[in-house]
Amino acid sequence: MKMPEIDTSIVNRREEIAVLLRHIVGQEWVLDSEAERRPYESDGLMAYSALPLLVVLPSCTEEIRQVLMYCQAEHVKVVPRGSGTSLSGGALPLEDAILLGTARMNEILQIDAANRVARVQPGVQNASISEAVAHLGLCYMPDPSSQAISTIGGNVAENSGGIHCLKYGMTSNHITGLEVVLLNGDVIRTGGDFIGASDREFDLTGALIGSEGLLAMVTEVTVRLVPKPISTRVLSLGFSSVEAASQCVGSIIGNGIIPAGLEFMDRKVIDAVSSMLGQEPPKEVQALLLCELDGTPEEVDSLVERVQTIAKGMGVADVQISHSEEEREALWTSRKAAFGAMGKIAHDIYVTDGTIPRGKLPEILKVIDELSHKYGLQYANCFHAGDGNLHPMILFDSAREGDTEHAEAFGAEILKACVDLGGVLSGEHGIGVEKRDLMGLQFSDVDLAQQQRFKCAFDPAELLNPGKVFPTPCRCVELGKMTIHGQNIRFADIPRF
Amino acid sequence: MNIPRQEPSPHVVRPETIDELVDAVHTARGNGSSYELVSGGTKRGLGTPSAGTAVLDLSGFSGIEFYEPEELVIKVRAGTRMSEIQAALSEKGQHLAFEPPDYGPVFGHDRLADTIGGVVACNLAGPRRVIAGSAKDSVLGLEGVNGRGEVFKCGGRTVKNVTGYDMAKLLTGSFGTLAALTSITLKVLPRPEGELTLIISGADDYSACHLLSKSLQLPVAISGAAHSGGIGCAKGLTSFRLEGVSASLRPRLYQLKEHLKFGYATHVIEGSESQAHWRDIRDLSAFSADQKSCLWRMLAPVGDAAKLACSIGGEALYDWGGNEVFVRASYEDVLSQAQRLRDRAVRAGGVADLFRAAKALRLDVGAFQPKSEALASLSARIKAMFDPAGLLNPGRLGISG
Repeated sequence: MKMPEIDTSIVNRREEIAVLLRHIVGQEWVLDSEAERRPYESDGLMAYSALPLLVVLPSCTEEIRQVLMYCQAEHVKVVPRGSGTSLSGGALPLEDAILLGTARMNEILQIDAANRVARVQPGVQNASISEAVAHLGLCYMPDPSSQAISTIGGNVAENSGGIHCLKYGMTSNHITGLEVVLLNGDVIRTGGDFIGASDREFDLTGALIGSEGLLAMVTEVTVRLVPKPISTRVLSLGFSSVEAASQCVGSIIGNGIIPAGLEFMDRKVIDAVSSMLGQEPPKEVQALLLCELDGTPEEVDSLVERVQTIAKGMGVADVQISHSEEEREALWTSRKAAFGAMGKIAHDIYVTDGTIPRGKLPEILKVIDELSHKYGLQYANCFHAGDGNLHPMILFDSAREGDTEHAEAFGAEILKACVDLGGVLSGEHGIGVEKRDLMGLQFSDVDLAQQQRFKCAFDPAELLNPGKVFPTPCRCVELGKMTIHGQNIRFADIPRF
Repeated sequence: MNIPRQEPSPHVVRPETIDELVDAVHTARGNGSSYELVSGGTKRGLGTPSAGTAVLDLSGFSGIEFYEPEELVIKVRAGTRMSEIQAALSEKGQHLAFEPPDYGPVFGHDRLADTIGGVVACNLAGPRRVIAGSAKDSVLGLEGVNGRGEVFKCGGRTVKNVTGYDMAKLLTGSFGTLAALTSITLKVLPRPEGELTLIISGADDYSACHLLSKSLQLPVAISGAAHSGGIGCAKGLTSFRLEGVSASLRPRLYQLKEHLKFGYATHVIEGSESQAHWRDIRDLSAFSADQKSCLWRMLAPVGDAAKLACSIGGEALYDWGGNEVFVRASYEDVLSQAQRLRDRAVRAGGVADLFRAAKALRLDVGAFQPKSEALASLSARIKAMFDPAGLLNPGRLGISG
């Protein structure tokens, strides 16, 4: 993976830059020694690493504004970072870029039960929002599996998903407003602190969510809170074939039932989990569905009955249903342990993240199996079946010559197949550096140029998180000219570089 | 009363293919003209009037491209009538969860003339927004032609998609100022099995807003929370809708009444009666008959909604649990109230938009209340990136171009 060329003149100025940034954020909040920078060299995509120029930890919007203005004036690149759990390299440092972390901005600023929103700083952990509003009977619904660690700022940058997207949507369906700072120092509030606040303006709240830190630094987030469902039950449905399990997914949804979560695991994952947890799953079960239903008790009980009837009609081999919170958690244990369990049976795992239309599940599973033979690598499947979001796990051994390259090529071919089947390259992990060079599979040059021009409206000097998302630099000046040559320059106030 | 001068009918361009649409954009660039984008034409009165010198009629892009009920997805051409889409979905027991309003009648047009392109361009939402979001929460993908005459696509057909910037969100609600949409892919959902509505009589606007807000904090899945009041903030009608599995409706109603604890008279309506009640709220039927009056639309925190609405004095309709409120006002009142009302709205963290008014008044007062210099300047830069020559709906949304 080729990253932008390192500007050695910036690297040589490390100490001078550190001194100036210390004036803004305070002596101890600029980390410049190698020992202090080392822990930041990677995010959740461990295959890549780079030591950041400096790690800068501001405490407030004003400090971020001054840091960004300094970076723009001195042409220093900036990589934003929350907790560094990105699985696609979104927070991968660059050697000539400061790493701008939000760890110190971790306050819940306001909880407004009347409007069902909370205004929080970007460094607040996802799970702590629900904890802080639990006494009001409210919660923040998006629950990426990293929720105990990942920050809301990072969730906004990646438009994080989780198991409840099928019914409740992604991060972007749960944010009503943002405060962001541009490289030029503009502090912008988009949307506001209630439902509908982003209406009748360009939905920059929506467009900033999932922008992977390439447009602006998020300094405040207003999240939407919803009443916590009273009742939640889960069915564990074991099928004797992957096809039968896939068909059951279609039938549940086709019957008008939208579960809160609908997860799929194949036999390899079931075995790995069972050996870790010391369980003995029925031999005939080749694929497992976990179907979670939530709402009022009457509603949930009625839906549990209906799902059970549907599954029986599809020849389900093994059914377990939770009758208490403890039983529910026990049934979920297998799914939550899946990635860890696979880690115990393989040297290395490469998890990828494409989405396909639900009905194409049997087809993509066949493709993955064929690719496994082609590359001589084992795989296991564990995914959000309800919304067609796949997380194939490719098992490899990085110590073995060529294995890493094979695993990456295997993953890339799966993603290409997803796009060919009408799906997309990433359902929830983001593009980052991982899938950057695959963007051309999904988007035409025109589509990519349009997205890059959008970036140019925010960051024309391309200092914010360069080398991510797009296979080529934006070259804002050229892009702007592409089809407007010979015309009067409108908006003369746009910064041009 | 200012009577606007009769304006000459503008030149109308009606492309039927994407190539013709691209040609239309290039033609405008060549001859210095610009377009007002229309399809059903029912929302031309909504927002700042377009300064386009000609009309770009997109109703030629009509029809359902595919509809896969089991996949919960439909792809339609942008000029497709809402009535056609809703009929197709209804046949399979599905619907658009964001409950798009039909603003035809409130703007003096026929019912059922609106198209999906207009609904998406304006990011509309009905009472169910409190639980199901607005158009942008259901749009999965878009195709169109930008102001550079480039054919593009964004998003896709799956709910989970974080590939590249979410341009579909940006374009939804951009009032046709960035691109002319040709196709729209939407998420659809099963229609609720049953519904019922609790109606409370006698709450004033302040008490009603309190009840609306409180109801939405309860775990009973309220899918509509509205109040008709205003005019001195005296007694009005407050409505709460419950939808879903039929067996769950009565227990939820019981729980709702238990928790709200009020002393007002109530009654419950169900089925088609409940549907008609919410259709009237959704479409602003109370304001359709009297076309002469103006309508303010305010978006604000619920705690400020009643105060803002009552300062205007006219009949008011609160929706979205009190975060949206429409208030009737006369032409003269709008002129005298606008500045003070908008100052108040800003202080509350909201906005006061002139939702319906004569064109001259909308131009004079500005339909949309500006929010901040920095936001306006960034918006102008974005507009310039999509439509550098300002060909598409110049002036709409109040953004220069």
